[in-house]
Amino acid sequence: MAVSILHRVTGGGLSVVGLAVLTWWLLAITGGPAAYATFTKVMTSPVGLVVLVGLTWAFFQHLLSGIRHLAMDTGAAFELGTNKLFAVMTIVGSLFLTALTWYFLMGVGQ
Amino acid sequence: MSVGDSATPLGRVRGLGSAREGGEHWLTERVTSIALLLLGTWLIASLLILPKLDLRTVMEWLHAPSGAVPMALLIVIGFKHALDGLKVVVDDYVHEPANNFALNTFLLFLAVGGGALALFALARIAFGVAG
Repeated sequence: MAVSILHRVTGGGLSVVGLAVLTWWLLAITGGPAAYATFTKVMTSPVGLVVLVGLTWAFFQHLLSGIRHLAMDTGAAFELGTNKLFAVMTIVGSLFLTALTWYFLMGVGQ
Repeated sequence: MSVGDSATPLGRVRGLGSAREGGEHWLTERVTSIALLLLGTWLIASLLILPKLDLRTVMEWLHAPSGAVPMALLIVIGFKHALDGLKVVVDDYVHEPANNFALNTFLLFLAVGGGALALFALARIAFGVAG
């Protein structure tokens, strides 16, 4: 239940915020050094980082709960125990993958 | 649509819902999701692998076919999947036909417009002078 709603929320977030940031990033790259500097400045600000970390988490959560839904489309994993286990695993997995991504991203540097 | 005994349960009911349509939308949403599983992972992996994320490095990355082609696919399939997904949400919560049509049309224009803008930016990078 909760994971199903998370799938919608993260999907909506990726659709609106994620695609907007992606499009802005591409436009900033074509816009030259000043435009790219503005994008970088906003995205490395505290608010920008929250947005980027949030999008990373939304991507992994949506990906994992999406895989869960694909499995359930085949009729699998409807038993209560299994269903709940997979639901919890999507949350644990998305948090882990988000932390892992940013661990390496911070290491790469800006 | 021919429905023989050999049809799968899914094949037998596809297109036969009360609305007589929607099976294709349902399937498209899932096929694009599998593509985005690959393309989204590619994007994050690329951002991790690139030595830096400064303007020069990113431009060179998207100028090469190995960067530009997956990015073009990510844009087209990403906007398509977003539109398909948002339509499900709209159809679930907005039942009044005129409002439903207005909102879905608005989202369609937003998705096509946004996708075109992103593709245009990518084309400028991909076909422009590198670095």
